[in-house]
Amino acid sequence: MTDKELAQRSVTYRKKILQYIVGAKAGHTGGSLSCIDVLNVLYNDVLNVSPENFTSPDRDRYIQSKGHCVEALFVVLADKGFFPESDLETLCKYKSHYIGHPTKKVHGVEQNTGALGHGLPISVGEALAAKMDEKDHRVFTLLGDGELPEGSNWEAALTAAHYKLDNLCAIIDNNKLQITGTNAEVCNTDPIDAKFESFGWAVKQVDGNDVKALKEAFAAMPFEAGKPSLIIAHTIKGKGVSFMENNVKWHHGVPDQEQYKNAITELDMEMANI
Amino acid sequence: MGAVVENTAISYKPNQDVFSATLLALAEADRNIVVVTSDSRGSGKLVGYGQKLPKQIVEIGIAEQNLVGVAAGLASAGKKAFAVSPACFLTARALEQIKNDVCYSDNPVRLIGISAGVSYGALGTTHHSLHDFAVMRAINNITIIAPADNFETTEAVKLAVKHNKPLYLRFGKKAMPLLTEDASIGFEFGKGRVIKKGNDVAIIANGETVYPALQAAEKLAQQGIKATVVSMHTIKPLDAELVLQLAKDTGAILTVEEHMVNGGLGEACASLLLQHGYNKPFKIMGIPDEYTVTGSQVEIFAHYGLSADGIAEAVINMGIMK
Repeated sequence: MTDKELAQRSVTYRKKILQYIVGAKAGHTGGSLSCIDVLNVLYNDVLNVSPENFTSPDRDRYIQSKGHCVEALFVVLADKGFFPESDLETLCKYKSHYIGHPTKKVHGVEQNTGALGHGLPISVGEALAAKMDEKDHRVFTLLGDGELPEGSNWEAALTAAHYKLDNLCAIIDNNKLQITGTNAEVCNTDPIDAKFESFGWAVKQVDGNDVKALKEAFAAMPFEAGKPSLIIAHTIKGKGVSFMENNVKWHHGVPDQEQYKNAITELDMEMANI
Repeated sequence: MGAVVENTAISYKPNQDVFSATLLALAEADRNIVVVTSDSRGSGKLVGYGQKLPKQIVEIGIAEQNLVGVAAGLASAGKKAFAVSPACFLTARALEQIKNDVCYSDNPVRLIGISAGVSYGALGTTHHSLHDFAVMRAINNITIIAPADNFETTEAVKLAVKHNKPLYLRFGKKAMPLLTEDASIGFEFGKGRVIKKGNDVAIIANGETVYPALQAAEKLAQQGIKATVVSMHTIKPLDAELVLQLAKDTGAILTVEEHMVNGGLGEACASLLLQHGYNKPFKIMGIPDEYTVTGSQVEIFAHYGLSADGIAEAVINMGIMK
């Protein structure tokens, strides 16, 4: 897919994220909009994952540690043909498998997540198994910046470096906001790059809302032989909708009909300008 | 039924030694078996395993949450992952990983709680696991096993390799005598083993309390009280059929476990029995809800009556003397 096509796909995904969040009257709007470019590039340019090969032990793995931004994942999985998009009309409805966090009952989801600090340890286990079996597939996990204070992340970061897991790539959706306020106010985790580098990781920082920059970063993996790779994706929470951008109230804010209409108008204008 | 084997009659080992020897033999023939440890291979008697099968052991270091998360990832990728760590840390520090990454995600990790209960004795409450049955019982999609002797442990490990679902297996450090030499009494998950039969009282125990329960039954026999003794190695799923049958066949039920009296084997039986209209004498023996007395495992057992004498006395105090 060309960079232009990828950029257009991101806008389409953003519109769908908002559509289904409005339909469900629930969702993690700001974070889904910030991380969608990462998922777009992963599923359309990087991952060897499809509905057809999903049971193959040789597929790449994508584990979403920041499970609360499940709307971004569901929209991309529907687009990739894992299930009919119309299923998402049941999002958060009684007895629907399409709940507010990833569940393996939905085709295409690797692990049940939602509690934070779990994706990286599981990914380390998956990457270790691939090394043991001398397989070439890779493991990707998306973390939120707000979940970095969970100690299990740092336990797993040690293990990943100890076992030289250069088949592992963690991406941090660094939108710099969490439910209470900025990361810096809640629990300052900066400098993230120096921390991971000191743990033995190879780190790249990119504009996480720039599909071309993301493509280039993923193509460079592993960033250093014998080291796990970390992409710090600098993103904007609420990206693509002016009144949601960098505004913490949209962490799990749900637009009303007028806000939804205005958001779609903005995204349509963005699409026209690509 | 075979006679009780006396302590000095044959050689016997701690169940965790039997676990590691059995697993080593199985792992030598199955490269998919992987042990994951948290600087615990010494206590887990896995040093030899690590030397013989270095490619089938993953050392995590002292980080139990990561231990379980990594084991879940290994299991998801098709490995038969045995996450081995002291029961006290494994089932408390890593409880959320057990709940979500193992049970909810249905990654078939075999969780192995070593030095369980009060095995660590005088090391104190930080090192005791008297909560593990209770918390694991409250989590969906896990089988909970506490084998009593070397035979049960061997069989449990063999079954654990085949059991491709979340499993918690816990045992201790004390050398455990064989409960019976009767080969007709088999072992399968979810089926209690009736070691001795008698109609006056049923003593339902598990883990390292079954042997003193059996000794208590011998003492009671001398006083004319006939006791059934069951090794209820599987706490979940509980062998409801057997418990309800015992309720019909005997005059009273006593449960014994190396666990706090809250939420373990005893309460599992009590809940079942009460909901089936049971109204005969019933008592739960275990560690009471208090700061646990200090001492060795044997001293702690004796203090709380989890000994042959203590269990026999408890039965007598249930008022079933003829």
